[in-house]
Amino acid sequence: MKAWPIFKKEMRLYFTSPIAWVILTIFLFIAGYFFYSIFAFFTLASMQSAMNPAMARDLNVTDSVLRPLFSNVSVILLLLMPLVTMRLFAEERRSGTIELLLTYPVRDGAVLIGKYLAGLTLYAMMLASTLVYPALVAYFARVEWGPLVTGYLGLLLMGATFLAVGVFASSLTENQIVASITTFGVLLIFWVIGWSSDYLGGPWGRVLSHLSLIEHFDSFAKGVLDTKDVIYYVDFTIVALFLTLRSLEARRWKG
Amino acid sequence: MIEVEKLTKRYGSVTAIRDVSFSVAPGDIVGFLGPNGAGKSTTMRILACFMPASSGSARVAGYDVFNESLEVRKRIGYLPENVPLYADMRVGAYLDFVAEVKGIGRSERKRRVAEAMDRCLVADMQNRLIGKLSKGYRQRVGLAQAIVSDPHVLILDEPTIGLDPQQITEIRALIKSLAGDHTVILSTHILPEVSMVCDGVIIINKGAIVAQGTIDSLVEQFFPTARVHVQIAGPYAAVRDGLRGLAGVLDVHDEGAQDGAPTFVVESARGRDVRGEIFQLAAQQKWQLRELRRAGMTLEEVFIRVVAGEEAAAEETMAREDSTDTPEATAPEETTA
Repeated sequence: MKAWPIFKKEMRLYFTSPIAWVILTIFLFIAGYFFYSIFAFFTLASMQSAMNPAMARDLNVTDSVLRPLFSNVSVILLLLMPLVTMRLFAEERRSGTIELLLTYPVRDGAVLIGKYLAGLTLYAMMLASTLVYPALVAYFARVEWGPLVTGYLGLLLMGATFLAVGVFASSLTENQIVASITTFGVLLIFWVIGWSSDYLGGPWGRVLSHLSLIEHFDSFAKGVLDTKDVIYYVDFTIVALFLTLRSLEARRWKG
Repeated sequence: MIEVEKLTKRYGSVTAIRDVSFSVAPGDIVGFLGPNGAGKSTTMRILACFMPASSGSARVAGYDVFNESLEVRKRIGYLPENVPLYADMRVGAYLDFVAEVKGIGRSERKRRVAEAMDRCLVADMQNRLIGKLSKGYRQRVGLAQAIVSDPHVLILDEPTIGLDPQQITEIRALIKSLAGDHTVILSTHILPEVSMVCDGVIIINKGAIVAQGTIDSLVEQFFPTARVHVQIAGPYAAVRDGLRGLAGVLDVHDEGAQDGAPTFVVESARGRDVRGEIFQLAAQQKWQLRELRRAGMTLEEVFIRVVAGEEAAAEETMAREDSTDTPEATAPEETTA
């Protein structure tokens, strides 16, 4: 498969330049801070609940630690993922290397897949390094493994969608800043689009709520694995990647 | 190996190349000449399958660049004009990536990469970041990526630009050594380079091909007569008439006085050298012969004549159009002038 050398090249570029290191460091720093404050609050609450059995009934790791942690991480992703993908095509276009890349015997699709999977791999590394938090929690308290697994699966799927949108935006421009702001804007719109369903109501409200990136994540965080949510993220990703392929083709024609 | 037929490329309303047709035989090195903005890069980009033509067709290594682009791309090595490389990669790793993308198996890759680095004299830089290399080295890495897969056809857009004289010589030697096994088309606006390296020449100007063939045939075509540049310190009219009267001389052009001595260009039939006669004439008349050299035999002169001739012709037609369109407007101008 011709995507493999492209993938390796992208991974190499992520790690020989400071990009991957900076993103991983900042991500872990912020995620670690969130985890610390959430867990510290949980500890406080459990000490108080030792004197208040009614409070203890509602206290569990899934609802008090993992869910808030996941939702915080998803906000960090909203801000960081555009930075992971912004250079993938924009930089090749700005430096002109796309001219060589597209004259090598590889299909546009293979180039796209190689680049996308490189972004996805970097993201998976970011996620994997956060596994230390639930591991720490498990050391002190009982963790429900089901919600943990679905939560991570949800983060992975949602991140995959973010990356696909980012790759598309990157293919539209030769300016990395434009690519990242466009990605952020599109993601934010799809993030908050569900909010208007509260006052819109009716079928339109349901449509908007279904389009929202975050609504579908909620059920994963709760430990519910619904095919409707999985399909939503997968579809979103496929559409964005398909548009990227079209945009690469269009660029060829424009020259 | 390369067949181009009626290739036209338009960017919006601008026509970059118009009805370009030529062909390159296997194993030949062909120089693609033209002033800046003539359409050299556009043609090469189409041949390298980077972008499609607006109309016309091109076949490289037997495959159509549009319909069978993947097959073409397997068989070419391309060096774009400004040598775009990944600044954040190391030379060795980069060439390994290129070789892998071009479908060279793992076992052979190491050898091919080492060979390409040797030929392009970058082996001692293989662990350096490309972004830290000098322009000359980057150019050579670019050339190395083009030849790493040992392609049938090499498309090199200004391969020696930005190099120092020593490097230029080395790269030219390298390109020359590729002839025979590889078909090379290289663009340049350094004319001596073409005479030194290339078998054939294609001259393009304003998007259209204005001349093509071997260097000798072009010289013959554009300078059908042999020319001798003469400067003789002597009475002007006598010198001119003396030159006209010599056996074998077809025509004498007055070049005006240079350094205070009348200067002429003497035309004779090709293959007929009249320098001996000119010397004898000067000696007999006791004229001082200041300069006597052959002219009109180089590609430079062909190029200047072709490109300038085009321009002069274009201006002429424009002037003619102007005068036919607005005869009243031009008439008063002439009187004031």
